[in-house]
Amino acid sequence: MKSFIDLVYCEECGKSHSTFISDCRSGLSCNHNPQINEEIRKLNEILTYKEHSKPIIFIGMGTCGLASGANKVKKAIENELIKLNIEAQIVPTGCIGYCAKEVIVDIKLPNKDRISYCEITPHDVPMLLQKTLIDKQIYIQKLLATFGATDDYVTNIDEIPFFAKQHKVVLKNCGIINPNSIDEYIASGGFVALENILNNMNSQDVVNIILQSGLRGRGGGGFPTGKKWDFALAQKSDTKYIICNADEGDPGAFMDRSVLESDPFKLIEGMIIAAYAIGASHGYIYCRAEYPLAIERLENAIKKCEEYGLIGESILGSDFNLEIKIKKGAGAFVCGEETALIASIEGKRGMPKPRPPFPAVSGLWGKPTIINNVETLANISTIVNKGADWYSSIGTKNSKGTKVFAMSGKIKYSGLAEVPMGTTLGEIVFKIGGGVPDNKKFKAVQIGGPSGGCLPEQVMNTPVDYESLKEIGAMMGSGGFVVMDEDTCIVDVAKFFLQFIKNESCGKCVPCREGTTRMLEIIERISTKYGDGDPLNELLRFKGIIHLERLASVIQDTSLCGLGQSAPNPVLSGLRYFREEYEEHLFERKCSAKVCKEILTYTIDPKICNGCGACLRKCPTDSIIGIKKEPHTIIQSQCTKCGACIETCRFEAISVN
Amino acid sequence: MHNKLFEKYEHGSRSHLIGLLQDVQDIYGYIPEIAMIDIGEFLGLPTSSVFGVATFYNQFRLTPLGKNVINVCRGTACHVKDSANILLALENELGIKVGMTTRDKEFTIEQVACIGACSIAPVISINGEYFGRLKTKDIPKLIAEFKKKKEELVNSEGTE
Amino acid sequence: MIELTINNINVEANEGDTILDVAKAIGIKIPTLCHMKDHFPTGACRMCVVEVEGMRGLTPSCAYPVQNGMIVKTNTQRVITARKTIVELLVENHPQDCLICVRNKNCELQDLSNIYGLREHRFCGEKKNHAIDISSASMERDPAKCILCGRCVRTCAEVQKIGAIDFTNRGFISNVTTPYNKGFNVSDCILCGQCILVCPTAALREKSNTKEIEYAIRNEKKHVVVQVAPAVRASLGEEYNLPLGTNVTGKIVSGLRRLGFDKVFDTNFAADLTIMEESAELINRVQNNGSLPMFTSCCPGWVKYIEQNKPEMLNHLSSCKSPHEMEGAVLKTYYAAKMNIAPEDIFVVSIMPCTVKKFEAQRPELNEKYMADVDAVLTTRELVRMFKMHGIEFEDLVDDEFDNPLGESSGAAAIFGTSGGVMQAALRTAYFTLTGHNLDELNFEELRGNAGIKESTVNINGLEVKIAVVNGIGNIGSILEDIENGKSPYHFIEVMACPNGCINGGGQPIHQKTDKVIERVKALYKIDENAKNRLSHENESIKKIYSDFFIEPNSHLAHEILHTKYVNRKEILRANVQPLK
Repeated sequence: MKSFIDLVYCEECGKSHSTFISDCRSGLSCNHNPQINEEIRKLNEILTYKEHSKPIIFIGMGTCGLASGANKVKKAIENELIKLNIEAQIVPTGCIGYCAKEVIVDIKLPNKDRISYCEITPHDVPMLLQKTLIDKQIYIQKLLATFGATDDYVTNIDEIPFFAKQHKVVLKNCGIINPNSIDEYIASGGFVALENILNNMNSQDVVNIILQSGLRGRGGGGFPTGKKWDFALAQKSDTKYIICNADEGDPGAFMDRSVLESDPFKLIEGMIIAAYAIGASHGYIYCRAEYPLAIERLENAIKKCEEYGLIGESILGSDFNLEIKIKKGAGAFVCGEETALIASIEGKRGMPKPRPPFPAVSGLWGKPTIINNVETLANISTIVNKGADWYSSIGTKNSKGTKVFAMSGKIKYSGLAEVPMGTTLGEIVFKIGGGVPDNKKFKAVQIGGPSGGCLPEQVMNTPVDYESLKEIGAMMGSGGFVVMDEDTCIVDVAKFFLQFIKNESCGKCVPCREGTTRMLEIIERISTKYGDGDPLNELLRFKGIIHLERLASVIQDTSLCGLGQSAPNPVLSGLRYFREEYEEHLFERKCSAKVCKEILTYTIDPKICNGCGACLRKCPTDSIIGIKKEPHTIIQSQCTKCGACIETCRFEAISVN
Repeated sequence: MHNKLFEKYEHGSRSHLIGLLQDVQDIYGYIPEIAMIDIGEFLGLPTSSVFGVATFYNQFRLTPLGKNVINVCRGTACHVKDSANILLALENELGIKVGMTTRDKEFTIEQVACIGACSIAPVISINGEYFGRLKTKDIPKLIAEFKKKKEELVNSEGTE
Repeated sequence: MIELTINNINVEANEGDTILDVAKAIGIKIPTLCHMKDHFPTGACRMCVVEVEGMRGLTPSCAYPVQNGMIVKTNTQRVITARKTIVELLVENHPQDCLICVRNKNCELQDLSNIYGLREHRFCGEKKNHAIDISSASMERDPAKCILCGRCVRTCAEVQKIGAIDFTNRGFISNVTTPYNKGFNVSDCILCGQCILVCPTAALREKSNTKEIEYAIRNEKKHVVVQVAPAVRASLGEEYNLPLGTNVTGKIVSGLRRLGFDKVFDTNFAADLTIMEESAELINRVQNNGSLPMFTSCCPGWVKYIEQNKPEMLNHLSSCKSPHEMEGAVLKTYYAAKMNIAPEDIFVVSIMPCTVKKFEAQRPELNEKYMADVDAVLTTRELVRMFKMHGIEFEDLVDDEFDNPLGESSGAAAIFGTSGGVMQAALRTAYFTLTGHNLDELNFEELRGNAGIKESTVNINGLEVKIAVVNGIGNIGSILEDIENGKSPYHFIEVMACPNGCINGGGQPIHQKTDKVIERVKALYKIDENAKNRLSHENESIKKIYSDFFIEPNSHLAHEILHTKYVNRKEILRANVQPLK
């Protein structure tokens, strides 16, 4: 199959002339060869799956799909097609965001709607292909949705509960198109924005659009993107840099990964537009090394863009030049912070620097630099295409547009949810996510990663909005959204995040380096056996909590960067909303979620125990005593709370509290 | 062996340091001291700067890896689904702590902040292959399978 | 002009000034730990935080430039609590052994703990645990006492441009150390001790040799003699709070006698001797196509540097021993014979402003026939400790004079202690040797001061002799490059590893008073100006030692006793590298 560059590249106009993109979509405007235009129009139909003679099988092959076995499914499909002697086009797509239902396979027959099937395993493949390709029917057992109109048999994908409340702007193409194909991207409307601004606008115009749209940084800071660009544009310098922060270090966040794997061209288009807006000639994508698939897709996308003259010299025939390189992160959460990221690109230890000078004035190698998050940049092309007013009509007064959340944890439907700002937390958890599985009780949702807070049921009506979230002691963060149920211990979660922050602290400033360790020690003391029975150490345990708030406020006040400044958040928000749980650990030495092992007590109910001795034999520390056929007892002082006895007992005679 | 790498980089530009270290690690599986000194000389940096950068980032190892590298995801979603106990079970099963390699150089346990496969938490990956929705009692069986694979390989080589 | 308010005081400042500087100018002291004058602020310690109206959190005053209308408060409860907590956190991760610490009463952490009134341990817990390094003869590194301020790292990297140590790992387990935690003795370190001078605590300190000296002095059989470096006399007084630059030579001699040394000699004597040997060597090389440019070899830090980094250029180094080593060699040969004392019974002690000299003293090349030229080296700081331990009231001492025959010296010798001094001394003698009469102007102003590289050209009998003075090892780079490329225009180059020369050596009194360097230098040049004899070749004792013993400079005997050899240390360091697994 020919590609756009084969058809649209005209010797007379030159590669990547100023109307290259519109020519790709509707035929050569220079009309040197009218037959070509017909071919171009036909190619558009093929690339948007409107015209095809063979069935198309789309397989979701993002990291979550691969982790669920998408490769095995692909192999099974290929084998089955050979067996059935059917020819079909297999298109790998990215992640549509419904990760709980991976592996997702869409089947589109010629002249029929694209139907989406979920939770496909290699075992399901023969039946799936039989039903859809041979019988030409819908395989009801594995049906997810249709891309066509809703009827009695199937619901349109945008109307199923998971997607009904979502508004796809950033994730529009994810899971729909082939992320490796620049042609598909162009055919579905890609690079129209870029061509528009290069032909009709100057840098300030572009900055003004973004300013007017109200777009705010999606990396967590929430700083108005347009304002940032304005600063950088105002700087006079021979070299300026645009950096895309694809470090996504928040544990539990995978929004950026999805965009990079599923729609890398959208990000790159946003980056080129951003570079034009601020006058940058060099760009870097700083992507964490733990995302090899994302890096592969980006490398491919950059190469294709270079071939098409969309990156490099004289882009689309203008006098705008841009070079984009990928820098792999080497495993440091702190490198998500702007000045640390810059230090990392410069080949130094990723340690933040005091600001001023701000990166927009003096950043990478002392030159004006703008760092934008993946999600922020992925919004740019849509804003340019649909206009600032359209964008600012979505969302709330101060938080415009949509936000992508990565839902995980104790939630029925984990995956990505892109919602308009102003959607309530509860809607995301219960309407989109499906609530807590296994009939457990909802406890809290952790948003904003380690810098955020645990929010309880009573604030679930809070709208998702930068300011509203700050008011309830949380932070929008990058979009991590972890749901917790009654079996999660809030103190344990605080410990988990403090441990994470302690490991990731760069160690430069005293409050973060020393303070986070001390906070962790204080929390550890109340969730372990520490000091039980020993008055001196017991005093230490209490002293810790008394001084905890002072320590937390000094760390917030004096830390050099956002990592340190937000390090106490998990603890402070825990104390704010779940104080009883902390007090229970501290005073009653109890953990009602039964997570903090060391302060749990395992007891054998003498009324149920029949003395079979199975637990006695299993106990690794010989802490169970008893005579055969008589109820046994656990020696508490020796018990290591490993839980082996509970697992062994067939009579449910052992309980833990 | 690593001196060939230097040809594709610009002399003396510090910004290539992390990329060079990554390439060296791709060759040897870790960063040998001699490579560190050579990188320093190539970029015009004192060895202490190279060492300081190599020890700052999680990715770089200063000792070689085992044959089977187990990455345990310790992200929030996995933690909430009990990955801490998965890690403990692995440590118990292999007799080493996280970050270490077994004496026979067969297994290394590493922990990662987040693999990004949160929907099938808790997740571990062994040599790039993902294993999700794990329970602690699955661990001994899983390790045994990998040990069996090695034996089969050794046996098949023996009979040839 | 920018107008702002600090603690309700209106003040004017220049654009670009930091809040810290402006506050200092109006007498408001804001504590700092990681701050280094003339260096870009890193904002690491957070001690200097202040409250700035309208800004979230507290602001580091060392890094924030003043702005019009800024309202700054430096001592609100919030600020003081923050600073106190920072100190508490540092103290908590620190050994609590001030009483037995070498920096007791001269430690910045101790001062802050005192100022902020720490009275309890609020945050008990884990302390960092890294290995101590006592591998080298000159310095010790104790990570337990390190507060990770980074001053040593920046001094070594940005000032000395060596970078022997750097931050490693991160977070709570960060540690300032050499690659692979190797000892100083097998690292890139040249032991110059500049890091000790900037360390706020005892994390970096000199090796102490006072014990050996005490034993030697008390040993009836040993004839213990001591020599004093030129730089020491201009700075030791600072430990007794005497004004900067006070010349305390007489009191030092007096104090040393009271310690029980049998004889008190002056290293300046040997400095004159060094000039005789080195200028003869230079003239020889110039006239006989020897390796040029020739480098001075009196700085052991520089010698170690070239041995470790450019062993192929060792032929450019002068083969002269450094002054105190020459003095020691003379003591164990000429003096021993004259006094009829067996050389094994002579114990030579040098009082030096330098830490590398401890390493130098135990070099095998300077310990020929199992007999050390110099047996032990004490830094200025250690000598003061000995004085105090022996109950010597320094300020009340009556001036005394050095013993002879190794006590007479010229003004040229006195300026050995400052950058450019050795060169000026050498030129005075070289000029005389070649022309038969002395220079009209003995002072070379262009070789004084603190520029990184100073140069001059002296016309000696038609030959344009080009000289350079390298001030601080950090400035050696371009000079070595030119030699490698065959483009070096110089005949003779003086190199001192410590910025501004020995008066700023690693063994000098530790404090951050500004002008300490300028005043010490002034003191030495004053000694030179007021000296009866300002020329090494007119030192009568020097003339005598040649007529009695060495016959002439560079004679066979002079070579045997006053000259030395060097070692290719680059090979040794490379041999210490782990092989590929």
